[in-house]
Amino acid sequence: MIPGRFEYHQPDSVPAAVGLLSDLGDEARVIAGGHSLIPMMKLRLAMPEHLIDLRAIDSLKQISVAGSTVTIGAMATQSDLIDSTELATAAPIVRETALQIADPQVRYVGTIGGNVANGDPGNDMPALMQCLNASFHLHGPDGERQVPAREFYEAAYFTARDDLEILTGISFPACEGGYAYEKQKRKIGDYATAAAAVLLSKAADSSCSQAAIALTNLADTPLYCQEASDHLVQSGVTDASIDAAVQSALGQIEPVDDNRGPVEFKKHAAKVILKRAIENAWARA
Amino acid sequence: MSKTKLTLNVNGKSVEAEAEPRELLIHVLREQLEITGPHIGCETSHCGACTVEIDGRSVKSCTMFAIQAQGTEITTIEGLGNPDKLHVLQEKFKEHHGLQCGYCTPGMITRAHRLLEENPNPTEEDVRFGIAGNLCRCTGYQNIVKAVLAAADELNQPEAVA
Ligand SMILES: Cc1cc2nc3c(=O)[nH]c(=O)nc-3n(C[C@H](O)[C@H](O)[C@H](O)COP(=O)(O)OP(=O)(O)OC[C@H]3O[C@@H](n4cnc5c(N)ncnc54)[C@H](O)[C@@H]3O)c2cc1C
Ligand code: FES
Ligand code: FES
Repeated sequence: MIPGRFEYHQPDSVPAAVGLLSDLGDEARVIAGGHSLIPMMKLRLAMPEHLIDLRAIDSLKQISVAGSTVTIGAMATQSDLIDSTELATAAPIVRETALQIADPQVRYVGTIGGNVANGDPGNDMPALMQCLNASFHLHGPDGERQVPAREFYEAAYFTARDDLEILTGISFPACEGGYAYEKQKRKIGDYATAAAAVLLSKAADSSCSQAAIALTNLADTPLYCQEASDHLVQSGVTDASIDAAVQSALGQIEPVDDNRGPVEFKKHAAKVILKRAIENAWARA
Repeated sequence: MSKTKLTLNVNGKSVEAEAEPRELLIHVLREQLEITGPHIGCETSHCGACTVEIDGRSVKSCTMFAIQAQGTEITTIEGLGNPDKLHVLQEKFKEHHGLQCGYCTPGMITRAHRLLEENPNPTEEDVRFGIAGNLCRCTGYQNIVKAVLAAADELNQPEAVA
């Protein structure tokens, strides 16, 4: 399986990359870790005439925690996320999620930017970013703008990113409280049959002061579950309220029949996984 | 599309190759440099048979363009040991029946090598999780995991380090 022909570019700065993308237009694609794009190119589902490789832009690889804001460069790899001690303190759910993505080889090269920009509903980081209420930083010919992760995903492979924009980084508030990323998959290295990201904060009186829930691979976009999250804050976290929150979230999902199972099975998996994620997050809160 | 001249350091030697951008690293290694240890199993980034080490990371060389490896240091199974002097991992795979057909073995050992560099005292779970990107379709994983653990033990003996 040999990809189609293309010309290769390796800019060494963001302005140079944005400039190339503007000049080359529709015929060009950005390549990060290449672990979604190269397989698509082999299948000729993607046939870019130009590839703009971001690997030489060192400024895109930074991970920093300043005050209560976490900023991650688009080219940080999944193993960079796993190895970052700062991140393990400021947002341990990121490490928990990254460890459940693919296998070691893929994690050494797959980037967070590629994972969230791709728009594949099977990717794990998008729902996590919605759960964290992250903002995506986009650089285009007209400058920089930020788009909330909760408004970024439009349909499978369609996002709010303009074709001429490069995603340079992601920022989100450092996490407090309990967290869990639970993923049901057929085997290690597989995309999710169903996965859930949950953040919960417990107040001194044991009520739930903050909740955020998001789901992976249960619709053609990641799903942020506002109503289910609000329910836990309003009702506190009890067996009954967990069931109600799960039911509410299940009302949002639209799984499809595929080689990971029929719709009924996926609904069942979603229910089990989300309940488990809420219980784990609350136990850690 | 014109070819680009590549300078790579493979198994400690500086080598040159020429590739057009769409050529995958595995093809350049096997067909131009005649380094045929890394195998092509699935070509779809799943099996790990094509695993090589690039600048200290295990990489599936079927999922990287050769041009992206410009200037890097690459280690393949050929760089770890040879028939006259097997690497400890090769020795232990042999001893513990960690291979049958041997197709997955170069990728398996190259990956295990990096795993032990990063984690010299792995638990059984660490090994299973650490080689999860390498599929074996005939030996089964029991003996492979045993072999990697035995290699870790041996490498941790004081005399092996010296
Ligand atoms: C065997 C295997 C198993 C996998 N399992 C999982 C899994 O369980 N969960 C999971 O989440 N992922 C999984 N993946 C996907 C993997 O995590 C990819 O690495 C990731 O989806 C894309 O990241 P990348 O850096 O490789 O991006 P690339 O493949 O380089 O790019 C992906 C897309 O995003 C665009 N893009 C990349 N970076 C930018 C940027 N900075 N700005 C604008 N556009 C950009 C590219 O143009 C392309 O369209 C798996 C991959 C493989 C091969
Ligand atoms: S041949 Fe590269 S992963 Fe299978
Ligand atoms: S030894 Fe035959 S595939 Fe592993």
